[in-house]
Amino acid sequence: MSAPIEVVGWRTRRRVRLRQRFLRRPPAVAGLAFAITAILIALLAPLVAPYSPDAQNFGAALAQPGGPHLLGTDELGRDVLSRVIWGARASIQAGVVATLLAMAVAVPLGLIAGYFRGGWDPVIMRFTDLLLSFPFLVLAVGLAAILGPSLTNATLALGIAAVPAFVRVTRGEVLGLREEDYVVAAVADGATDRVVITRHILPNTVSPLLVQATVTIPTAIIGESLLSFLGLGVQPPTPSWGVMLSSAQSFITQAPWLALFPGIAIFLTTLSFNLLGDGLRDVLDPKALT
Amino acid sequence: MTLLHVSGLSVRFRTEDNPVQALSDVSFALEEREILAIVGESGCGKSVTAMSILGLLPSTAAISGRIALEGRDLLTLPRKELRSIRGKELSMIFQEPMTSLNPVFTVGRQVGEVLRHHEGLSRRAARDRAIELLDLVGIPAPQRRVDEYPHQLSGGMRQRVMIAMAVSCDPKVLIADEPTTALDVTIQAGILDLMRDLRDKLGTAILLITHDLGVVADVAERVIVMYAGRKVEEATAEELFEHPQHPYTMGLLAAVPRLREQPNGERDRLAEIPGMVPSLSAPPSHCPFAPRCSRADELTLSELPELRDVRPGHAVACFHPGDERTYS
Repeated sequence: MSAPIEVVGWRTRRRVRLRQRFLRRPPAVAGLAFAITAILIALLAPLVAPYSPDAQNFGAALAQPGGPHLLGTDELGRDVLSRVIWGARASIQAGVVATLLAMAVAVPLGLIAGYFRGGWDPVIMRFTDLLLSFPFLVLAVGLAAILGPSLTNATLALGIAAVPAFVRVTRGEVLGLREEDYVVAAVADGATDRVVITRHILPNTVSPLLVQATVTIPTAIIGESLLSFLGLGVQPPTPSWGVMLSSAQSFITQAPWLALFPGIAIFLTTLSFNLLGDGLRDVLDPKALT
Repeated sequence: MTLLHVSGLSVRFRTEDNPVQALSDVSFALEEREILAIVGESGCGKSVTAMSILGLLPSTAAISGRIALEGRDLLTLPRKELRSIRGKELSMIFQEPMTSLNPVFTVGRQVGEVLRHHEGLSRRAARDRAIELLDLVGIPAPQRRVDEYPHQLSGGMRQRVMIAMAVSCDPKVLIADEPTTALDVTIQAGILDLMRDLRDKLGTAILLITHDLGVVADVAERVIVMYAGRKVEEATAEELFEHPQHPYTMGLLAAVPRLREQPNGERDRLAEIPGMVPSLSAPPSHCPFAPRCSRADELTLSELPELRDVRPGHAVACFHPGDERTYS
C-alpha cells in the first residue's frame, strides 16, 4: 500500500503550491527578499558595517558620498552607511517586537470578546474604540512621552498603540468562526471551550493575523523613527534612522545625504513589509486555496 | 423502551422587536433502535427541536418543558455533564457537509478528536479507530483518506465523515438534521442506506429531520409532522402515507413532484399549499393552518385543536381530520 507516501506527497504538494503562488507575485518576492536582507543586516551589523557607528573622524566631517565613505559622513565625521546599518537594529527591533507584543496582548482579548461575548465584549471593545479614536502615531507619541525616552519604552508604546487594531481583527475573525458549522458541530460532539478555541478557532485566525502583522511592522518602524526623531525613542549617540533624520535637519542644505539615506532605508523597509503583506494576503486567502 | 422523551417543549426567542414562539408544546418519544422522522416546511421548528435537545440554542432562547434522555433531564443538566453527553450518548449530523468540517485539519484528526475527548484514546489508537470508522461508513481506501483534508473530499464523502464522527462513540441517539438536503440525489440514497445500516449494526436510534417526504418514505418508521412550531400529526410512516389525516399532511403529500400526464397529454401542474406559513412572532389563538385550509370554518378560526388519537398510534391536531374519502 503506497498510502503513506501519497499523504506526505500531498502535504508537500500543498506547500509547493503555496510557494508557487507566492513566487508568481514578483512584488511580494522582492518584499520578502528585502525584508530578510534588512533583518540579516541588522543582526550582522558588527560584521557588515565598514566602520564603527560611533567612530568620529573630524578630518572627514560632512564628506560627500563616494570615496572611503560610500554614503558620506555626518557633522562628526561618522560613516553614514555604518550608522544606517546599525540603525536598522533599532528600527527592526522596534517594528517586530512591538508587533509581537501587540499580538500577545490583543489576540487573547479579541478571543475573549469574540468567543465568549457576554459582559467582557462591550468592555473590551469600547476600550478598543477609545484607543482607536487616537491616530496610531499620536497615541504612540503620547504613550512614549508618558513612559519616558528610551528604545524599550518606544517599543512598548508602539506595541500598546497597535493593540486595538489587532483586537478588532481577532474579534472579527472569531465572531465569524464561532458561527461556522464545524464549530457548532464540534460543540455538538462535546468539545470544551478550550478545544474549540485552540483547535478550531485559533488555527483559522493565523492568516488574517499574519497579514495584519505585516501591516503593523512597517507602521511600527515608521513609528520608531518618528519617536526617535522627536527624541522620545533611541537616544543619541546610539544610531537609529529617526535619530539620524533628526540630527540631519540642521545640515539639510549643506549635506542632504544625511537625511536622504536614512529616509531611503525607512522607505524601502516599510515598502518591503507592505509588499510582503499584500502578497501573503493574496496567497493565504482560503477562498483561493484549492 | 423509550430513550428520548420530549414533553411540553416550548421555545421562545427574544428578538429586537417581537418575541418569536418557535416551538409550542411539542411532545414525542424516541424508542430504542427507532428511526423517527420530523417533517415540515422551513421554519416549522424542526431544527429548533434538534438544537434544543443538544442544548445548542443561543442564549436568547427561553426553553420550557422537559427533554429526558433515559430519565435525565437535559434541560437542567449542568454544562459539564451535558458536554460529556454530547458526542458520546447523543450526537448530531448537520445539513452542510461542505462547511461542517474544519478546513485546517485532516479528517482523521477530526474523527480522532472526538474519540480522544470522550474515550481518552491515544493519538495512535484514535487514528486507528478513525480508519475503522471511515471504513464503517463506506469510505473507500480509508488508510489514505484518513490523512486527507476536507476540501479533498466530495460532499457525500464529507457527510460520511460527519457520520463517522457522530457514531464514533457509539451514541444511543443520532440526530440527523437534513442530512441529505445538500447532496446530489444519487448520493442521498447511499447516505440513507448508511444510516439504516448503522442503526441495524450499532442499534443507534435516529431522529431524522427533513422536509423531504421521499427521504421519510425511504427510511423512517414513525413520522411527526410539524407546522408553525406545533406537532400536527404523528403516525407510523406507512399509516401516514396511506391515511393522512391532517389537511396539511395531505397538502405536503400532494406537493411531492410526480411525472403524471393529464388526459390531454399535458404534464400535471405541481400541487401547492395556498397561502403562507403564519408569522411566529404573533402566533394565532386558533388553528394555525386555518388560513390555508379548505376545511376551515368558525370553529377552526376560533379555537386551537388539541392533539387526539384518530386510530391507535395515529394522532392528529385537527377539527376536521380524515382523508379526502372519509371527509366530505
